[in-house]
Amino acid sequence: MKKLNRGVAIVGAGMSKFGAFPGRATRDLFVDAFTEMQGSVDKGVDVNDIEAIFIGNYSSDLFEGQGHTAPFMTDAVGLTPRPATRCEDACASSSAALRSGIMAIASGMYDMVLVGGIEKMTDLPTSEVTDTLATASDALYDVPAGYTFPGFYASIATAYMDKYGATPESWMSVGIKNHNSGSLNPKAQFGQRIIDIMADKKKGAEKKGKPIPTWADEMEFMHDPRANLIIAWPMRLFDCSPVSDGAATLLLVSEDIAKNFSDNAMYILGSGQASDVTLRYRSDLTTLSSAKAAAQQAYEQAGVTPKDIKVAEVHDCFTVAEVVATEDLGFFKAGQGFEAAEEGITSLRGPRPINSSGGLKSKGHPVGASGAGQVVEVWKQMRGEAGERQLEGDIDIGLTHNVGGTGESCFVHIFGRK
Amino acid sequence: MGTNGNLEFNAASYYKYLADGKIMGARCVDSGKLYVPPRQMCPESHSTNMEWTEVSGSGKLRAFTVITVGPTAMVEAGYNFRNPYCAGIVELEDGPSVAGQILGVDVSKPESIKVGMAVKAKLVERGEGDDKRTYLAFEPA
Repeated sequence: MKKLNRGVAIVGAGMSKFGAFPGRATRDLFVDAFTEMQGSVDKGVDVNDIEAIFIGNYSSDLFEGQGHTAPFMTDAVGLTPRPATRCEDACASSSAALRSGIMAIASGMYDMVLVGGIEKMTDLPTSEVTDTLATASDALYDVPAGYTFPGFYASIATAYMDKYGATPESWMSVGIKNHNSGSLNPKAQFGQRIIDIMADKKKGAEKKGKPIPTWADEMEFMHDPRANLIIAWPMRLFDCSPVSDGAATLLLVSEDIAKNFSDNAMYILGSGQASDVTLRYRSDLTTLSSAKAAAQQAYEQAGVTPKDIKVAEVHDCFTVAEVVATEDLGFFKAGQGFEAAEEGITSLRGPRPINSSGGLKSKGHPVGASGAGQVVEVWKQMRGEAGERQLEGDIDIGLTHNVGGTGESCFVHIFGRK
Repeated sequence: MGTNGNLEFNAASYYKYLADGKIMGARCVDSGKLYVPPRQMCPESHSTNMEWTEVSGSGKLRAFTVITVGPTAMVEAGYNFRNPYCAGIVELEDGPSVAGQILGVDVSKPESIKVGMAVKAKLVERGEGDDKRTYLAFEPA
């Protein structure tokens, strides 16, 4: 098993609000995240002590016509001429940046590193967002077959439904749950529960003098094809994470100087990463083997088991992905994750809460920022700073699971106290 | 190295064969494994000793979806919310799994489309002028 040569701690974390922000570029959002991170360092930090910058960014090139983003972010926070490197692994780009930052400190090269993630997706029309995201899949063969990202995950869903007996309602229950949690997160793009959205739509219909919808409950709303459009059956609008803008930053230091910044630092216990072939090549379409491999590496390095994890942010780019993630991470056996979601086991106040932040579904999914954003949630939960969505008990060990594409890449990180 | 009839084992050759009505894969001479579409290197043996092999195009549906919001090429082909299409992953009887549009299914009732369904290849053309290309699709067998 691979070990870090020396320990690494996170002593600061911050994120911008996630959402749609016309007129604000990634560098503006990055400054928001950086400023919050600065303020989060318990004993303060002189940011001039930062020695290197790693930025996760999937495709500012196509989203906002801006390539070479790492030095531009570095300039935005006044840190040139420090080395600035962009990391790209699709929607897992900022976990790639985190892992690079961890390795840079563990190697002894640097003592303090800034890790960030950025994405600005809402400037493009939906069709171009779809095309841009699709460049993370096999452009030679899968895109010409008509595949989109919702389509890939929808295919995982139909294979899973066939194999294990899940239904579209299984996925809907994940969407309802994550909107409930996200309503308690002031940084979330959709800070509304599904029942709030239903009430708004009823009010809107009344105002316009249109027939008022008569949904009996959330499930009936989720089944309404006009309220909850099919995007890629069985994935509907409320199964899909949104198109988002956002940024997140983390401040990493070597373990031996962590106490200079905080007595409540969050230490890297394990870091795992794996790659995989595109979906059609896989023998089992209902699991991401890269996630299993990354999780195994991280658990082994950390010396913990799934039972020890108190807070878990997993990659719910689509609702089915959360169910698969909870199985790949060992929280549930293969084929049992969907029942756990339906029964409320993974809800905020359930015995195995998943995505207390609201997940990518509700919090938003600015793809290159999402992995670092997950770490911000674990940071807040472990410090007891998660407000109304604070998990109960001693939140001493946390996990993030961040997927690139349809699992062609995956990162799992485990955090704890020392 | 890696050529047969001067065609490299890559996407350009694969689509050229499709335009001629043939679904061609590459078989690794060293490992015996078949790849559709073709690959330059066998990921098992790391050998580039490949030979062209034609496959039947018959298979079964492993997974599918009905898509309303497609990539630009599908939008340009006339697919949208009112006219969605089915895409699927098909395991060919020759072994490999491929992705393709699934034609001849009731996209207004996705529940009626079944994993495990037998399908056969149907080549479709999309695009105009120089962008016109032949793609592998499937329909119920």
